[in-house]
Amino acid sequence: MPNSIVSLQHVEKWYGNNHVVKDMNLEIQEGEFLTLLGPSGCGKTTTLRMIAGFEDASSGSILVQGERVEDKEPFQRDVNTVFQNYSLFPHMTVFDNVAYGPTIRKMPKEEIREKVMEMLALVQMDGYEKRKPDALSGGQKQRVAIARALINNPRVLLLDEPLGALDLKLRKQMQVELKRLQKKLGITFVYVTHDQEEAMTMSDRIAVMRNGVIDQLGSPVEVYERPRTKFVADFIGESNVIDGTVESVDGQTIVVKTAGGTVTTVGEGFAAGDPICLSIRPEFLEVSKTPVAGFDMPARIKDFIYAGSVVRTSIDLVGGQEIKLSRFEMDSSLSEGEAVYVWWDPAKSVAIHVEKAAEEVAE
Amino acid sequence: MTANAPALKKKRHNRMPMLAQAGPVSIWMILFVTIPMLFIIYISFMSRGTFGGVEYTPTTESYATLMDATYFKVILKSLEVALITTGACLLLGYPFAYYIARKPPEVASKLITLLMIPFWTNSLMRLNAWMLLFQTNGPVNNFLQAIGLTEAPITFIYTPGLVLLGLITNFLPFAVLPMYSSIEKLQKSLLEASADLGATPRTTFLKVTLPLTFPGIFSAIILTFIPALGTYTVTDMLGGGKVLYIGNIIKNQFGAIRNWPLGAALSVLLLVITALLIFLYTRFAKIDDLEVL
Repeated sequence: MPNSIVSLQHVEKWYGNNHVVKDMNLEIQEGEFLTLLGPSGCGKTTTLRMIAGFEDASSGSILVQGERVEDKEPFQRDVNTVFQNYSLFPHMTVFDNVAYGPTIRKMPKEEIREKVMEMLALVQMDGYEKRKPDALSGGQKQRVAIARALINNPRVLLLDEPLGALDLKLRKQMQVELKRLQKKLGITFVYVTHDQEEAMTMSDRIAVMRNGVIDQLGSPVEVYERPRTKFVADFIGESNVIDGTVESVDGQTIVVKTAGGTVTTVGEGFAAGDPICLSIRPEFLEVSKTPVAGFDMPARIKDFIYAGSVVRTSIDLVGGQEIKLSRFEMDSSLSEGEAVYVWWDPAKSVAIHVEKAAEEVAE
Repeated sequence: MTANAPALKKKRHNRMPMLAQAGPVSIWMILFVTIPMLFIIYISFMSRGTFGGVEYTPTTESYATLMDATYFKVILKSLEVALITTGACLLLGYPFAYYIARKPPEVASKLITLLMIPFWTNSLMRLNAWMLLFQTNGPVNNFLQAIGLTEAPITFIYTPGLVLLGLITNFLPFAVLPMYSSIEKLQKSLLEASADLGATPRTTFLKVTLPLTFPGIFSAIILTFIPALGTYTVTDMLGGGKVLYIGNIIKNQFGAIRNWPLGAALSVLLLVITALLIFLYTRFAKIDDLEVL
């Protein structure tokens, strides 16, 4: 496959009776920032560790630069890892930590010195080379860990929740820095995180994983705006997920009957009578005081929550489901307990086939 | 954690509680360790009484005796045996400690218990059992003859070889435990990081595992070398007093020969060697790791 630097083909991983990764197929492109995103236990870290060589795949093949690596030990693979807990060698200085890879490859001392300094400057840690890891903050340790991996000129850098231990502000700053670094160096980054916001900020493509399966692979925009499964809709950002049945189909326009009333959406491959699941983002939800054509969804405003940059409004539907609406400003024409009609631009809602949703429940 | 440390320290600087905490132990230590030790040093500079005991006229005679070639040889021999014991305990103990440390905790604790069981039996009983096992007509010889390895029984008892074997088995657990504790603390991800950066398992062992478990190794050295140097039960019983070691001589000087000043001088020599080792230990290992002692 052209341009594919890492390729996973029918990769399976079992831990005893536990099926952690199921028939994984993934082509990682040269130079891209790919994120494996999912809740804990979804198999994302296991996938990364199989690429690094710390875990063996139960079956299937893993290719790095077109070469099968299943039989290669971690030290023989042309990938490097940044670990969640940094894993800096505590008995070595920052300099010796970064110099570890080149020293093993018997690079001349002068050259090592030059490269280490260059790397430390790259991650803005110059001047710290004599310190021991114990004397560094979490963010500094992570920078050193990144420098220690990058000095080996890996074709692929694997990052296992590298910012997980940092506080929110530092994490946001490091996200931006990591993304810039990746662009500058043009190295392929495979990044593991459970933080969907982090994935959105940094990635070229996101693979949303659940129960050992990639539910959806796409750009952040695709994953956010066109979730393919109920799980993705729920996991990426906030979403209102409403179950229903297709009442009628007219081209792409679908009228859906739900417990809370009748609504309209767009989608393909649906027939009358099909179970369906709708996802509508809180920012696309609309309310009006009079019914809107295509919608018959009476509701009641429950409360308003002021969250700084946005105001969240909770709305009770007839069937008892609570949905959320968010706006940048408080709508002063609405009040708590007021009766309203819910509607949205049908094109802004996403119709999800329920066969997929049913699978999710079964698992 | 580290950020809290200075604050905690400040609290402890309150004087009275510190005295209350350390007071009883200090008194105990002064009464039963420091004073006897000072007394030993004191009598090592005294003269031997005509009928044994100590005559309180200062002299360095005992130390002059130590310079005698005979004693020098004994000391060298003892150092050699202690060194071999320690070396063997490390070489046998490290792989074993590594093996235990990489097992799940339930299995590890069982293995440790197995290792410790012999030490819940009285050491004299254990040594007597050894004597019975290795007798001329004992089970070991019978077995060797039965499988045709030897024709005539081998003399094990009272040989330096059996003494060494006895010493090694005796001190092995003291070597395994501290090494186990530092190997167990070693993060697996550090070994992964090393492999990830291109190091072969051998390089990883030399550059990461060994240096990071060094405190445990050093504890093991101290815990085997010092007692092995001063022991007399094992050497007395399994060696039959045929070969003299420093521990036996001290015992004899205080006991049968009743030359207390010489025994005391030999004890001081042991003390100096021990102190030197502990000094080295504190220089090389962090204070935290002293816990394993």
